[in-house]
Amino acid sequence: MQLWLIPILPFAGFVINGLFGRRFSKGLVNVFGIGSVVLAFAWVLKTIAGLGDLNSAYTEHYFTWIQSGAFTINCDFSVDRLTEVMLLVVTGIGSLIHIYSIGYMAHEHGPNHGGYYRFFAYLNLFMFFMLVLVLAANYLVLFVGWEGVGLCSYLLIGFYFTKKFATDAGNKAFIVNRIGDFGFSLAMFYIVKAFGTLDFSQVFSRAAGIPEGTLTLIGLLLMVGAAGKSAQIPLYVWLPDAMAGPTPVSALIHAATMVTAGVYMTARSWPIYTHAPMAMEVIAVIGIATAFFAATIGLAQNDIKKVFAYSTVSQLGYMFVGVGVGAFSTGIYHLVTHAFFKALLFLGSGAVIHALSGEQDLRNMGGLRSKIPWTFWTMACAWVAISGVPFTAGFYSKDAILLAAYRHAPWMYWLGTVTAGITAFYVSRAMFMTFFGKYRGHEHHIHESPPVMMLPLTILGLLSLGGGFLFEVPKFLSSVFPPVEEFEDLTLMLTSVGFGLAGIGLAILMYVAKPAMAESLAANIKGLYTLVYNKYFVDEVYDATVVKPLVGGSRLVLWRGIDVGVIDRLANGIGYGARDIGGVLRLFQSGNIRSYAAWVVFGSVLLIVALGLAAGGGR
Amino acid sequence: MTEVPISWFLALSAILFALGVAGFLFRRSIITVFMSIELMLNAVNLSFVTFSYQYKQVSGHLFTFFVMVVAAAEAAVGLAIILTVFKNRATLNIDDVDSMKN
Repeated sequence: MQLWLIPILPFAGFVINGLFGRRFSKGLVNVFGIGSVVLAFAWVLKTIAGLGDLNSAYTEHYFTWIQSGAFTINCDFSVDRLTEVMLLVVTGIGSLIHIYSIGYMAHEHGPNHGGYYRFFAYLNLFMFFMLVLVLAANYLVLFVGWEGVGLCSYLLIGFYFTKKFATDAGNKAFIVNRIGDFGFSLAMFYIVKAFGTLDFSQVFSRAAGIPEGTLTLIGLLLMVGAAGKSAQIPLYVWLPDAMAGPTPVSALIHAATMVTAGVYMTARSWPIYTHAPMAMEVIAVIGIATAFFAATIGLAQNDIKKVFAYSTVSQLGYMFVGVGVGAFSTGIYHLVTHAFFKALLFLGSGAVIHALSGEQDLRNMGGLRSKIPWTFWTMACAWVAISGVPFTAGFYSKDAILLAAYRHAPWMYWLGTVTAGITAFYVSRAMFMTFFGKYRGHEHHIHESPPVMMLPLTILGLLSLGGGFLFEVPKFLSSVFPPVEEFEDLTLMLTSVGFGLAGIGLAILMYVAKPAMAESLAANIKGLYTLVYNKYFVDEVYDATVVKPLVGGSRLVLWRGIDVGVIDRLANGIGYGARDIGGVLRLFQSGNIRSYAAWVVFGSVLLIVALGLAAGGGR
Repeated sequence: MTEVPISWFLALSAILFALGVAGFLFRRSIITVFMSIELMLNAVNLSFVTFSYQYKQVSGHLFTFFVMVVAAAEAAVGLAIILTVFKNRATLNIDDVDSMKN
């Protein structure tokens, strides 16, 4: 089926735009940058149509990458139903966001419109790595994609590299991800040790015969990697800062695709996790804690993108709850619907920012509903979807996760439901502050975005509304994951919906009906508000407990102590030693012929005496 | 008629060699130093010939001829150097020919 074509197409786009884009017009950059991704999407559709039912995985072998004795790692791609879902999400949403970027990045100037081609080259490279990640048939190839998307994330967060905060945010994302990747690498080493292979099919078929302790360890280490990539506690801190990148990047990488790689990887590794219940419990607890924690931070953010960033962290928490309680398909289900509505929220906020010429602060918006109605209505679709309004996409997937959580542990359901209420509240708050009330900013030339941006918004809006019942992901994936017993409970469902609607209602009350109420409430609970507004001071705590000691320790021990004290001293010592010995030997080089002669005689005598003694000793 | 003992030849060779070394070390005139070198070479030649006679082997003679050839060549080159040195510096004192220093 030529699976390799799927990632190679965006890679070709990257190479062409990266090498020659500087000389191209914007139109030509678009042809290669967007054409390659759309072609990849078309090829995915053709592949899926050609593969038919696909009840077992279809694998293509390309070459042997590493061979050492009996241990082999192949460069293989494999497609099963889970991969199909991911491929569709990545290339489908990816294509839409690429198209959107034409409009969003149109004002990107610089020498030879440098930023423009660079943006599309990076974005194509990201698509390549993401598709490698999704198609991989073993952990190492997956890891190649995993690292590659991290690299592209870094490049695109720091896209505006002349701004300090953007490069700082890029570094932060990259370094925090290193911690997670370290866990992932350790997990791979343990898998090789326990299974002797990294191949998915072989690892998973043998998982039942491995001691539970080993599997738990592997599972937890994989979770460390997933927590880094998918921004879970305690490694979520990079994602909110990652909003320094252009908005399409936030939508594609930091909402729809890359950050869900951790969820995909854990769901893919389900045979390991089902035999390690403790690891699953940890995932579920981390997931629900992250969901709740990030949602509360989202309550008090004033940057429109920051609100959605914390919302993304929170929703990723939901996905991990789904995976952690054993309902793997619901996690993927939420991954898909979240990709629709969160990409839409980001692209919509991008359209708002575009309309206001770069303004991101919610306090300087307001009343935009009548000025950019199309943006408002499309974003409203995502708004109802993330709030869990019945029959929208978010409702189905969130509901499925919460029900599965209830069956696992009721407290998770209740915490998740409260989180759903909070989510509905803060998204509504962002919507009201943006689109309702009176305009508080100073920009006079507010304009609707061009059609090339509106088209993806509209498609995503329809998907946010209808994606839930159009794509019944759990049913589609039922052959991939272990069976989950059907569980329907109208009361629980109505409760979670009720919480969501209550959140919206409260937001209407506080931000539309009585706009003064929000401020007086914030003033009344000043301590708590300050805590939440400053994101629980987590960044500061990390700075004080991890970053400062690490930097200080490196400076004192590694730099002053080891580097200067040992390594430099050794290297310099060799140099000084040679110079000093040379200084002494120099004295012999007097230029006086008779002193040379004396040394020759002296040496010969010494030699003869030594030979005589040696011969005498031998006798 | 009794033969001269072998040790006398060797002793003579050693004395000549030692004289050559002493001359080389202690005289200042380049010409004398040069002659001392010739003396040492000939002292060595004497021992070669002595041993060759003692052991009835021809290789000692051969070496002697080699040494003579080399000595002749060396004399030619050496005298040329001495002449040039004298022409350029108007001295034959060996301690004054130390421009390699520093």
